[in-house]
Amino acid sequence: MTLHIGQPQRRENARRHLAGRGRFVSDLALPRMLHAVFVRSPMAKGRILDIDTEAASLCPGVLRIFTAADLNPRCQPWVGTLDHFAGMQSPPMNILAEDEVLWAGHPVAMILAHSRAEAEDAADQVLVDIEDAEPVTGGAPVLLPGAPRANEAADSNLCYETLLETPDVDRAFAEAAHVVEAAFTFGRHTAVTLEPRAVVADYDPASGALTVHHGTQTPYQFQDVYARHFGLPEGKVRVIAPDVGGSFGMKLHVYNEEMGAVAASLILGRPVRYVADRLESFVSDIHARDHDVHGRMAVAADGTILAMEVDDLTRIGAVSAYPRTSAAEGNQVIRLMGAPYRMPDYRGKLSVAFQNKVQTSQYRAVGHPIACAVTEALVERAAEATGCDPFEIRARNLIADDAYPHVSATGYQFEKLSHQACLARLREMMDPDALRVEQAALRTRGIYRGFGIASFVEITNPGATFYGIGGARISAQDGAVVRMLPSGDIHCAISVTEQGQGTETIIAQVVADQLGVAPERVSVTTGDTATTPSGGANWACRGAGIGGETALRAGRQLRDRILTLAGALVQADPATLRLAGGAVVDAASGAPRIALEEIGRIATYRPDTLPHGVDHSLTVAHHFAPVGYPFDFTNGIQGSLVEVDTETGLVKLLKHWVVEDCGRIINPLLVDEQIRGGVVQGLGPAFFEECQYDVDGQLTNGSLADYLVPMAVEMPDIEIAHIETPTQDTILGAKGVGEAGTAAAGAAAMNAVNDALRPFGACLTQTPMTPLRILDALDAALKERTAP
Amino acid sequence: MKLPAFEYLRARSPEEAWQLHSEVEGDAVYLSGGHSVVPSMALRLQAPSRLIDISGIADLHGVVAQDNALRIGAMTRHAEVMDNPLVARHAPLLALAAPHVAHPAIRNRGTLGGNLALADPASEFPAAVLALRAEIEIIGPEGSRHVPADEFFLDLYETALAPGEILTAVHVPLPPASRVFAFDEIARRRGDYAMVGAAAQADLEKGMIVDASIAFFSVGFTPVRAKAAQAALIGAPLSRESVARAQASLAEDLDPPDDPGFPAHRRLQLARVLLGRVLNQMETRP
Ligand SMILES: Cc1cc2nc3c(=O)[nH]c(=O)nc-3n(C[C@H](O)[C@H](O)[C@H](O)COP(=O)(O)OP(=O)(O)OC[C@H]3O[C@@H](n4cnc5c(N)ncnc54)[C@H](O)[C@@H]3O)c2cc1C
Repeated sequence: MTLHIGQPQRRENARRHLAGRGRFVSDLALPRMLHAVFVRSPMAKGRILDIDTEAASLCPGVLRIFTAADLNPRCQPWVGTLDHFAGMQSPPMNILAEDEVLWAGHPVAMILAHSRAEAEDAADQVLVDIEDAEPVTGGAPVLLPGAPRANEAADSNLCYETLLETPDVDRAFAEAAHVVEAAFTFGRHTAVTLEPRAVVADYDPASGALTVHHGTQTPYQFQDVYARHFGLPEGKVRVIAPDVGGSFGMKLHVYNEEMGAVAASLILGRPVRYVADRLESFVSDIHARDHDVHGRMAVAADGTILAMEVDDLTRIGAVSAYPRTSAAEGNQVIRLMGAPYRMPDYRGKLSVAFQNKVQTSQYRAVGHPIACAVTEALVERAAEATGCDPFEIRARNLIADDAYPHVSATGYQFEKLSHQACLARLREMMDPDALRVEQAALRTRGIYRGFGIASFVEITNPGATFYGIGGARISAQDGAVVRMLPSGDIHCAISVTEQGQGTETIIAQVVADQLGVAPERVSVTTGDTATTPSGGANWACRGAGIGGETALRAGRQLRDRILTLAGALVQADPATLRLAGGAVVDAASGAPRIALEEIGRIATYRPDTLPHGVDHSLTVAHHFAPVGYPFDFTNGIQGSLVEVDTETGLVKLLKHWVVEDCGRIINPLLVDEQIRGGVVQGLGPAFFEECQYDVDGQLTNGSLADYLVPMAVEMPDIEIAHIETPTQDTILGAKGVGEAGTAAAGAAAMNAVNDALRPFGACLTQTPMTPLRILDALDAALKERTAP
Repeated sequence: MKLPAFEYLRARSPEEAWQLHSEVEGDAVYLSGGHSVVPSMALRLQAPSRLIDISGIADLHGVVAQDNALRIGAMTRHAEVMDNPLVARHAPLLALAAPHVAHPAIRNRGTLGGNLALADPASEFPAAVLALRAEIEIIGPEGSRHVPADEFFLDLYETALAPGEILTAVHVPLPPASRVFAFDEIARRRGDYAMVGAAAQADLEKGMIVDASIAFFSVGFTPVRAKAAQAALIGAPLSRESVARAQASLAEDLDPPDDPGFPAHRRLQLARVLLGRVLNQMETRP
């Protein structure tokens, strides 16, 4: 019986946060704790000649200053490659730069002081002498033989390349009635979490135990990383992730600073705190995207999409990120191309290049916005070339809802999706015919509105073939311990984690329904490797689908235990009993037989009164790993309505629509807010967010005064609808939803802007779509039209 | 992003402020709303050894309508500029500008005097006082003086204030009933510093523009008076033709820097667009 799954429950911990009772790593103060500040390379590339720490070491409050020679030997270097990315190279990374600096911001020294302010005062006094070298910051030429290298320890600037193709792709292009093509550029952006990266490393030499309070989404991964890289027994390493102020994929990578804090704590035997400030976040948190993509699409005369060919050059940092690599994004870009469509043929080439900038790596909707924007922009051109309208061409090409299972041209296996139903629903919501009438009327008054749509698939619930297969120690399974307390209340300790998205709330809903109690009676513990079973935690939209299923199965096992025990107590066959309303009831009539409190009391305080041999343990542990399809893909479609001020290049986002299918919806409120947040994180880089570098590799807008995050006033209303196609791979049937909004928001918006600019013949293929780029596109179109 | 160590002192009179200021020659900074000084210290762009809080000096407070002018004390917060009925009546351009200055939290602390003394060329108020032909009241050890806004903003973050002098108030001439005002800016997000902004006032007599005063911001190192554009308007009715003439003549007035993220010709283009809109707002104002 389902009672709470499907209900819009509020996030249980929101009240605590609103009341100022959040407990973040940033709030933690331990006795004898030292504050770390890093001295960073001001240059993007160069050789360290000298680091003079003498004046700094005399500053008040300074306890120690470490350079590479002090810290690096304590930690095994990390290498960001995966075995299944054949031929991938990435030089090892150490905590502090040894002689080469690789990006502006690369840590070269670590200051430990009694306060952050004192450490910053001292950091100003460290003199770093670096012999400047020409950094690699450009585009394609970096891959030419003999090009200057971003990292002297690599053979070349090519980190990884791969090619994916079907046998008939060339024939498809040769026989196509139309070939449309375009070159795209997707700028860099970054996560900008409310709480920056934060760590307090606390090594206790007396017990040999290391506790790391770490604002991360993946505590078990870091337990493993710290144990292996610092040579500690895994059982002596505890990672605690309390409240985490946003992560978005940014907080699951290994960073120099966190490793430095651990190394310093090991050396000093006292707690070491490092909390990035906003300026440091910009030059040390991973950045995202940074792709140049050339795409072509072959289309038949009737608008049938025959094939796509894409070439993606993505520029990462001077080493690949660890442990998930900086190549996973590009890999997903070339595999997600054309994924919603029946399109039979495909060729995708990926080149991942080193350069002297901050590392890029996984961030919300890894690869999706790029693949979606390229595909959907080309679909739009194909529609234009064949005289179809945007809805019609998609209706013709989207995989039919009854044609599953389906394998995409890039090899992805889809269990069951609902593209056509989503498209039909979006059409109802948007009413494109009315929008066209309005568009035409407004154009006569010099007002340029446009709308665009974009279909997408989203990768969720990944199994072990995602990272595990490549040798990465990243868990694809999750674990839960569910127990009944003597009062009949329920506690669930689970490996999926909470960063504000409501994991704990949905886990409570799922467990509550298995045990016939209200969710308020289920408390949930997450984020501590010492008190929860190990598992993958949160990434790639797996919390609800995999974590939820783990909780469900654990809950059912506890239910069976309770019913067995109750059967012995009330002398009934357990098969005739079920749990409801906080009690054991007769399955047929619903008549109460015994309350959970009573079972808890007897099992805990009077087990002597139980019949001989009855198991009174009311704690179960269960681990679940995805089975069946390698991923549970979700799908959906988004629409965007914009107004472009063609005199200023400013864009007003008037409205945004999303129709989404994430399978079983556990909590519609949280699902909708995940989608809204995701859409905003997709619109941000489409219009505002961009890490701008100059030719010297300096980030020129690395503060919130200059880096524009989307704000509420600029964001449109976002209307959401759902189609529900549960996966059959699990009992729960839930898929992920966290990245769906981000996947297609930018693509829909780009199509909308280009629709608005159609009367001028202007077309944007670069994000963010800034006023300047829009004015440039308008000028270029004007020049073309007036050229002799 | 922690502030370097500094000394914090409160001055109760201008005399006390000068005294405290001169004790640490060149190393003291006055503190009003603190919303520019404190962030810049946190960013370690500035490390004065002494902050002298002048917010307790009585003479810097209050908004009063005097014989010929409205006197707005330097300590008047942006939020009060936005809401004060006397400002709305006698210096509406400031009230129109205020909502464009940052966000409520900043407007609750930032002061008009601090804003003008800082003279950020991207700031709204300096252009507004220029367009209003206001006078800046300054007090220093040598006495008190009034400097016309046109002579106050000298260069990037540089004003007519001599070291140690305090900006005490702004005097805005009381406008005739026929005066119309408009203020607008082009910004990527609400509350951001603008890509281009403009403040304008004009006197109309029987449909003819008899006087116009227009100032731009975010177009160079200081707020800039658009003299040629003003001249193009005066003596003509506010019409499509006169607006176009004014827009065309802006090239004589503005010489925006060519920053790689934003070429000069684009800023000039936006300034022209904005001038058209601002003049249009005047026309449609009741
Ligand atoms: C996030 C943020 C966004 C902002 N956005 C905008 C914006 O969009 N537009 C805008 O215009 N401003 C903006 N500001 C700046 C804000 O308006 C400032 O507060 C204001 O410009 C300075 O006023 P203040 O009272 O805070 O001055 P303070 O920071 O106290 O002082 C500024 C400078 O002026 C000097 N000074 C202050 N008062 C006097 C005086 N009476 N006599 C002589 N010297 C004095 C100080 O010594 C200092 O050098 C923003 C600020 C922040 C933090």
